[in-house]
Amino acid sequence: MSVDVSSPPDSPTAIDAVPLRHPWRWVAAIVILILLGLFIYGASTNEAYGWGTFAKYILDERIVNGVWITIQLTVYSMVLAILIAVILAVMRLSPNPVFRSVSWVYLWIFRGTPVFVQLVFWGLLPTIYKNIQLGIPFGPTFFHLNIQNLSLYFLSAVLGLAFNEAAYLAEIIRAGISSVPEGQSEASTALGMSWFLTMRRTVLPQAMRVIIPPTGNEFIGQLKTTSLAVAVPFTLDLFGRQRDIAGVIFEPIPLLLVAAAWYLLITSILMVGQFYLERYFSRGATRKLTTKQLDALAEAQTLGEAGHV
Amino acid sequence: MSAVSDTVTTPMVKAESVCKNFGALRVLKGVTLEIGRGQVLVLVGPSGSGKSTFLRCINHLEQVNAGRLYVDGDLIGYRERGDKLHEMPPREAAKQRRDIGMVFQHFNLFPHRSALANIIEAPMQVKGVKKAEALSRAKDLLEQVGLSDKATAYPAQLSGGQQQRVAIARALAMSPKLMLFDEPTSALDPELVGEVLGVMKKLASEGMTMVVVTHEMGFAREVADQLVFMDAGVIVESGKPREVLSNPQHERTKAFLSKVM
Repeated sequence: MSVDVSSPPDSPTAIDAVPLRHPWRWVAAIVILILLGLFIYGASTNEAYGWGTFAKYILDERIVNGVWITIQLTVYSMVLAILIAVILAVMRLSPNPVFRSVSWVYLWIFRGTPVFVQLVFWGLLPTIYKNIQLGIPFGPTFFHLNIQNLSLYFLSAVLGLAFNEAAYLAEIIRAGISSVPEGQSEASTALGMSWFLTMRRTVLPQAMRVIIPPTGNEFIGQLKTTSLAVAVPFTLDLFGRQRDIAGVIFEPIPLLLVAAAWYLLITSILMVGQFYLERYFSRGATRKLTTKQLDALAEAQTLGEAGHV
Repeated sequence: MSAVSDTVTTPMVKAESVCKNFGALRVLKGVTLEIGRGQVLVLVGPSGSGKSTFLRCINHLEQVNAGRLYVDGDLIGYRERGDKLHEMPPREAAKQRRDIGMVFQHFNLFPHRSALANIIEAPMQVKGVKKAEALSRAKDLLEQVGLSDKATAYPAQLSGGQQQRVAIARALAMSPKLMLFDEPTSALDPELVGEVLGVMKKLASEGMTMVVVTHEMGFAREVADQLVFMDAGVIVESGKPREVLSNPQHERTKAFLSKVM
C-alpha cells in the first residue's frame, strides 16, 4: 500500500443541494395565527376582562409590595427547604440506621399530608404551644418566650412552606446522588478521601446535573404555592393582596389577571436563572467541544496541512 | 501491631491466608503471597477467580473476613489490640489508602473536572498541598504520561487510552508506595492498549511496587517479577513469568493459558 501523504487531499466541491420544503409547517402556523388573532380580538372587546381595571392595578403599590413579599416567601422557604433536604437525603443514604429511619418518618409525614393543612397547623402553633422554653426537662429554665404575643404569620408561612417542600426536594436530591456511578465514590475512596469529602467534592457536584432541572421546577411550583399562605392566615403576598382588592371593588377577573401576569413574569425570570445553572453544572457531561475548542482544533488542522505541503 | 518495620526486609505486601466472602459466596479461600519492594506481581486467572477482589482487599475497598493482609508492615483494615482485632475507624482506613494508588478498568476519572483538576484533587483536598505546588507536580505527571497538551480537556473529550493515562497520573500524584492496577487495559481498543502498557512499563522500571491484574501475557512476561495464577479463590500456581507461561505445571493453568495465549 502506498498512499502519497505529502500531496494535499483532493477535495471535491461542497454539496449545494435544494433544501427539503416543509409546506405543512406553514399551514399549521397560519391556522394557529388566525385562532390566536380571534382570541385576542375576543378578549380585548369582552368587557368581563376589565382591561381598564387591569391597567389601573397592575402597578398598584399594594400589588407591587405583594410581589416583593411573594418573592421573599419563595426564596426564604426554598433556601431553607434545600438545606433541610440535603441533610434528609444524606441521612437517608447514610449507613446509620437511626438517621435512615428519622429521614423516612419525616418524609412520611410531610409528604403524606396536604400543604394547606400543614400551613393551618403552623398558623395555629402559637395556640398549641403557648411558650417556648429552653432548659432541662422538669428542671430549671434558661430561656423563656411567650409566642402568643408575637406576630409570626410571615415566619409561619416560610417555615410551613419550607418543611413541606424539603420532603420533596430530599427525594430529588437522593435520586441525584444515586445517579452518580459507584466507580466515582470508589475512586475517591481509593485516593484516601473521607466519606464527607467524597460527597462534597465528587458525588454532589455530579448529582447537581440531575438535581437542578426538577429543583427549578419545584422553585416555580413553590412560587405559586405561596398563594396558599392565606391558610396561615398570611395575606400580604401577591395572591392575598389581589384577593383583598378584588373583594372591595367586586372585580375578581381583572385582579386575577394582574396576579397571573406577575406570577408569569417571575417564573420567566426563574427560568433564565435555571438555564445558566444547568449550563454551569453540565461541565464535562458531553463530548461536544465548545466553539472555542473547535476553533483551536481547526487552527491546528490548518497549520498541520500547511506544514505537510 | 506489626513488630517488624525494618524497611529493607519487610515486604511491601504480605498476605496470610486471606479469605473474603460475599454473604455465603466464598470468593477468596486463603490467599498467601508476598511482594517485595520495587517488584511487579501480575495476577492472572479466569473471571470470577477472585483476583480483582484480592486487589480490592489490599486497599481495603473490601474488608477481609479471615487471614491477615499487611502493606509495608501495617495491618490493613483492622487494629490489633492484644489478641483481638478491632474494625478500623474510616478516618484511619482513609489514611492507609493515601499511600496505595489504584487504577480501575473503567478509569473512573471525575467527569466534571479537567485532566489537570483530576490530578490535583486528592493532593489538595486530602493532603492539603498548596495549589501552586500541586499544579506543578500535576504538569510533570501529565508530561510523564505523555499528555501535556491535554491538561484542560475534560475526560469525555479524551480517548480511553488517554483517560487511563490521566488516571495513572492521578494515582501517582499522591506519591504512593504501591500501585494497584485492576485490568487497566481491558476496556481499551487494541490500538490504545500499548500506550497504557508503555506508561506502566516505565513506572516499573523506575522501581514502583505494582500489583497488576491483567490478561496481557506479553506485559507479564516482559515486566513482571512474579506471576500468580488464581482460580476459584486460591492460588494455583506462581513463579517467574517465563517459567509459568512456557512450562505450566497444573492442568488448570495449562487450560487457561492455551485459551488466552
